[in-house]
Amino acid sequence: MSGDHDGPAATIAARVRRLEELLEQRGLVEPLELDRRLAAFLTRASPANGARVVARAWRDEAFRGRLLADANAVLPELGLSMGGGLQEQRLKVVENTEDRHNVIVCTLCSCYPLALLGPSPTWYKSEAYRSRVVRDPRAVLREFGFELDPGVQVSVWDASAESRYMVLPRRPAGTEDADEQALAAHVTRNGLIGVAPV
Amino acid sequence: MGERFGPGDQVRASRTDPAHHTRIPRYVRGAVGTVVEPEGRHPLPDLSSRRLPAEPEPVYAVRFTARELFGAGDHTVTVALWESYLEAAALAGPRAEQP
Repeated sequence: MSGDHDGPAATIAARVRRLEELLEQRGLVEPLELDRRLAAFLTRASPANGARVVARAWRDEAFRGRLLADANAVLPELGLSMGGGLQEQRLKVVENTEDRHNVIVCTLCSCYPLALLGPSPTWYKSEAYRSRVVRDPRAVLREFGFELDPGVQVSVWDASAESRYMVLPRRPAGTEDADEQALAAHVTRNGLIGVAPV
Repeated sequence: MGERFGPGDQVRASRTDPAHHTRIPRYVRGAVGTVVEPEGRHPLPDLSSRRLPAEPEPVYAVRFTARELFGAGDHTVTVALWESYLEAAALAGPRAEQP
């Protein structure tokens, strides 16, 4: 069954705490080891990473091409990787164009490119977003204050397996002279998910 | 073993409704879509979640039209599906017209 992921969060948290206790009691992990590792990963995992990737792609046509062809291969150029978990996850970057807009979701749970976007926002994990964005993405975008031109095709990506997706938004007008850092400042987390234009 | 499907192939998502864990979203079951690209190889969660032997098998990004999935809408939904969830669709058509 695919719908069993919504058990009360408190129950899961209690189970995780108990598991952690047992691991420590039996000497399998050092006290605080898990906290240290999580903290180390999370201080690196932030939407600023995704924004840097986007800014580089906007300024460097060759990088953009390689990013769209094989994102994992080019992340190391920016000192990034999708290897925060047990194994490196495949990343697929999907590009917004004049006539196509992409938006990402995980309908089964909450899969998300954590290493590049940081922890996911609460709404991303909500049943409302997960069930509605596949059925009526334009209406959901409208609720984010994003009115999409009716002529633009919407492509929803459901991360139901092992790949993670990230949106490459369109470069805002009037940023021709901006350097990479200034460009990155235009990019928002919601833009990388596809519920905002940038 | 190579991939059974390639980009552009029409595939039908399985109508399976197992009692155990699976990763085929309910809303694509029985629908016909088009393979976009392979997404690597991974063990089938239906097996691995039950600790049964599971060799890595191809996973594909498969694109469905909203019309095919929901009977309305002008967007598409691309879903990552394990090869075991897919069969070749000789004739593409709305789910409702299939026997």
